[in-house]
Amino acid sequence: MTEPLFQARALTKVYRMGESEVHALRGVDLEIRAGEFIVLLGPSGSGKSTLLNILGGLDTPTTGDVRFLEHQLTGASEAELTRFRREHVGFVFQFYNLIPSLTTRENVELVTDIAAAPMRADEALAWVGLAERLDHFPSQLSGGEQQRVAIARAIAKRPQVLLCDEPTGALDYETGKLVLEVIAKINAELGTTAMVITHNAAISGMADRVLRLGNGKIVGEERPARKLTPAEISW
Amino acid sequence: MKFSSLNRKLLRDLWSLKTQVVSIALVIACGIGGFIGSLSTYSSLVWSRAHYYDTARFAHVFATAKRAPGSLAEKIRALPGVAEVETRVVRDAQLSIPGVVPPMIARLIGVDFARPPGMNRLTLKQGRWPAPGAKGEVVVNQRFLEARDLKLGQHMNVLLNGKLERLTLVGTVLSPEYIYATRGGGMPDDEWFAVLWTDARALAAAFNMEGAFNSVLLRLQRGTSTEATVEALDALLEPYGGFGAVGREEQVSDKILTQEISQQRVFGTVLPAIFLAVAAFILNVVLHRQVNAQRGEIAALKALGYEDRAIAWHYLKFASAIVLLGVAIGVWLGHWMGNAMTGLYTDFFHFPEFHYRLEPWLVLAGAGAALAAAFGGALAAIRGVVRLRAAEALRAPAPAAFRPLLLERLGYAGALTPAQRMIMRNLERKPLRAAITVAGIAGSVAILIAGTFWGDAIEWFMDVQFNQVQRAQVNIGFAEAVPREALWSLERLPGVKQAEVARAIPVRLRAGHRSYRTALNGLADGAELQRILDADLRQAQPAPGGVLLTTRLAERLDVAPGDMLFAELLEGKRVKAALRVTGTVRELAGMNAWMRLDDLNRLAREGPVASSAGLLVDRASEGALLERLKQMPAAAVVIVNRTLVDTFRETSAKNVLFFTAILSAFAATIAVGVVYNSARIQLAERAWELASLRVLGFTRGEVSVLLLGELALEIAAAIPLGFAAGYGLAALLLALMPHEMIEFPLIIAPRTYLYSGAVAAAAGVVSALIVRNRIDNLDMVGVLKTRE
Repeated sequence: MTEPLFQARALTKVYRMGESEVHALRGVDLEIRAGEFIVLLGPSGSGKSTLLNILGGLDTPTTGDVRFLEHQLTGASEAELTRFRREHVGFVFQFYNLIPSLTTRENVELVTDIAAAPMRADEALAWVGLAERLDHFPSQLSGGEQQRVAIARAIAKRPQVLLCDEPTGALDYETGKLVLEVIAKINAELGTTAMVITHNAAISGMADRVLRLGNGKIVGEERPARKLTPAEISW
Repeated sequence: MKFSSLNRKLLRDLWSLKTQVVSIALVIACGIGGFIGSLSTYSSLVWSRAHYYDTARFAHVFATAKRAPGSLAEKIRALPGVAEVETRVVRDAQLSIPGVVPPMIARLIGVDFARPPGMNRLTLKQGRWPAPGAKGEVVVNQRFLEARDLKLGQHMNVLLNGKLERLTLVGTVLSPEYIYATRGGGMPDDEWFAVLWTDARALAAAFNMEGAFNSVLLRLQRGTSTEATVEALDALLEPYGGFGAVGREEQVSDKILTQEISQQRVFGTVLPAIFLAVAAFILNVVLHRQVNAQRGEIAALKALGYEDRAIAWHYLKFASAIVLLGVAIGVWLGHWMGNAMTGLYTDFFHFPEFHYRLEPWLVLAGAGAALAAAFGGALAAIRGVVRLRAAEALRAPAPAAFRPLLLERLGYAGALTPAQRMIMRNLERKPLRAAITVAGIAGSVAILIAGTFWGDAIEWFMDVQFNQVQRAQVNIGFAEAVPREALWSLERLPGVKQAEVARAIPVRLRAGHRSYRTALNGLADGAELQRILDADLRQAQPAPGGVLLTTRLAERLDVAPGDMLFAELLEGKRVKAALRVTGTVRELAGMNAWMRLDDLNRLAREGPVASSAGLLVDRASEGALLERLKQMPAAAVVIVNRTLVDTFRETSAKNVLFFTAILSAFAATIAVGVVYNSARIQLAERAWELASLRVLGFTRGEVSVLLLGELALEIAAAIPLGFAAGYGLAALLLALMPHEMIEFPLIIAPRTYLYSGAVAAAAGVVSALIVRNRIDNLDMVGVLKTRE
């Protein structure tokens, strides 16, 4: 058994929304091991994104404790969290969040320039099958292509963990599958821990472990008997 | 009345953009404030002067002669159109006050204190009037008392017709004739020139002028031609050594006053116009961005059935609200500034009463100009809104299209980092907006340069005038023309290293229907202490047998080299002769007519005589020399150039400082307004992108560089542009300024450029710091869930 990558204990998160309080997380305990492919399922408002954001160092819990390897994330300063994200985390967003003024290659270089031991930008783009579209601007790419650039940008720094929040949410069926294949391939071949938020239960077949969230708690955990390839799943 | 939802939205939009709203309103306020401040000062001063002239019954025509019999007054009174005549005795004499070494000049004016004068009435400020008939009691102009810090009861000595007389100061007065007291130059001279009013009979007795006069004042009936009266008066006075009559507009004090007041008008129109233009620029950009950010809302409004006109009106109201806030602050600011400046000038000119008037048309014109400028800017953006179809507006705008930089297309891409590329491509993608930001900042730099270069120009002017043109340290004016041999005795005075004599004869020059009263200056060949230099410091010499004119005088008379002039000498044999213009020279100061000394003596049909001398003096023995000169009756006027320069520097330094302070504040407001708004708009448009970068692990500092780097580049580009624009604007201001007596050179010192650039840079830094705070608080969580 490998050392846990993430260890979270009794996480709660309370947002103040004007007069009222919103309890996004109500006590989550979680361990994630290196190389796991985890799918987070749950309805809107179940706390999936909050959990992902706390694990990714974008947000801090109201109470509770998170560790990433030897790093204590709870109580870390803004600068420490920034360094954590920079060194260890790759993010993939629903809306790709590419920089429109930079080309495909440059969007990836944006990250490789500030990472410690990155892969080359063209290498990262080859991983997502975009080696020929290096000099295109985001406005010249399709949605699926843009998401693959975002994935290349996320993995180019060789992060330990890839956090994907609804990566297929804005894509059509075929393109969505293509993107999932890329994430699965990276998880399998590079050994990068992947955590994917989705509404789409069909995707859970790809996971090592599926966590179901509801009302700020983990309400279910499954380990599929056989891990499916993206080609095998449909929705 | 029910407050409509659209109006409520308007108020909330204004509130949510409050910092931007205020910064734009402040830029508009500066424009309006400058406009109202300068022009209300101008109209207040014009009104105060008119009011003062009226109540003091300021004369319309002024003339001096050598000695005219009292009976001539009746003939003058009989001239057509003359309403009133007043004759008097006026003489200049050396003045000394215990403890003051450099000699001063007193202008003694005879007054019958028993009977208030019909013209140029005095206003008593302090003390009392001299008792009628009391010998040796005088009142002095208030400015001299203040400049010299004297007390009433002070004793002083004047050299009256060779005899030292002791006078006692019993009061101070204001006179419309000496609002600006000067010995003749264009510079105020309060410390060295006193105007003393004393008993008329005593003064006449001292100068053997009983039953005679040498100065006459006229008031004319409404509609009477000044020129015709001047001509008729000259004819009457000619046999008695008339020096040529002048109307009010050539009266020295009024002339300088008019010049000062007109400057206000130039300042009040040129600079505020630029402020308003910049404000319009910013408003345009802000509205554009506001409209784009609200596409969805606009679509919804359209879908709900709001008409285009209602929506356009909504945004015009948004613009109007900002403008009206700016106008309100601007009117308050302008009123405050106008009041302060009118107060300063009232003090400076010593008008007896303080009148500040803010005319309603100024407020209306300022507000109208600001609204027009803002609507012009806003309408372009609004046209875009109205054209949108509802469905189109509901869709997100197409993703921003970028392309490689010009630099990259040309093949020079290698050196740039992705961050630098982002900055450069953003600039290249919206060149117009970058240009507007650059223009706004450059405008503020230019305003600052144009407003503050005067100090440099004046410094340079003083250096040229007192180190290179008039090189003599001490100038002596003789009471009567003296033989040129007097030079020898001057050279033997203590501490004199070099001496030169010159001749000046009052003259009226005529060319066609134009005429001008000045002096013919005779300069010895090879003169070194008085030189004729043009604006480029090239030396000129009068050619034998002709006259060399200052270019401004030649233009005034409409003559060119080779043309003939008609000269009426107003002294001695009062020769009338034709003179050939042999050349013109662009001198910085004066309206001069130069001749060779020998030529002038010959023209005047006099022997080899001189009327003034310039001395180069050993500073150590200056005191001894001045004491000796005080005892020489022939040396009626002694001027130490250094004292003139000092007085001038003091006065101008105060004015320059005032304008520099005000303009710096204005320029900084504009620069902050431009930079801050530009940064805020950029931030709003790129918040999503910048937050994404923060998620990817970019630090706050790195993200700030991306946004602020663009601004830094814009500021860096704007500063040199602002330098060029400032140079141009300064040239424009100089061209518009009235400059009859003095032509200021377009000299801008490096420190002025440096200061202006630094103010713009500082404004940039301040804006950056404000925006930086917002960058630090970008919403990273929100950005993951929202589309751009």
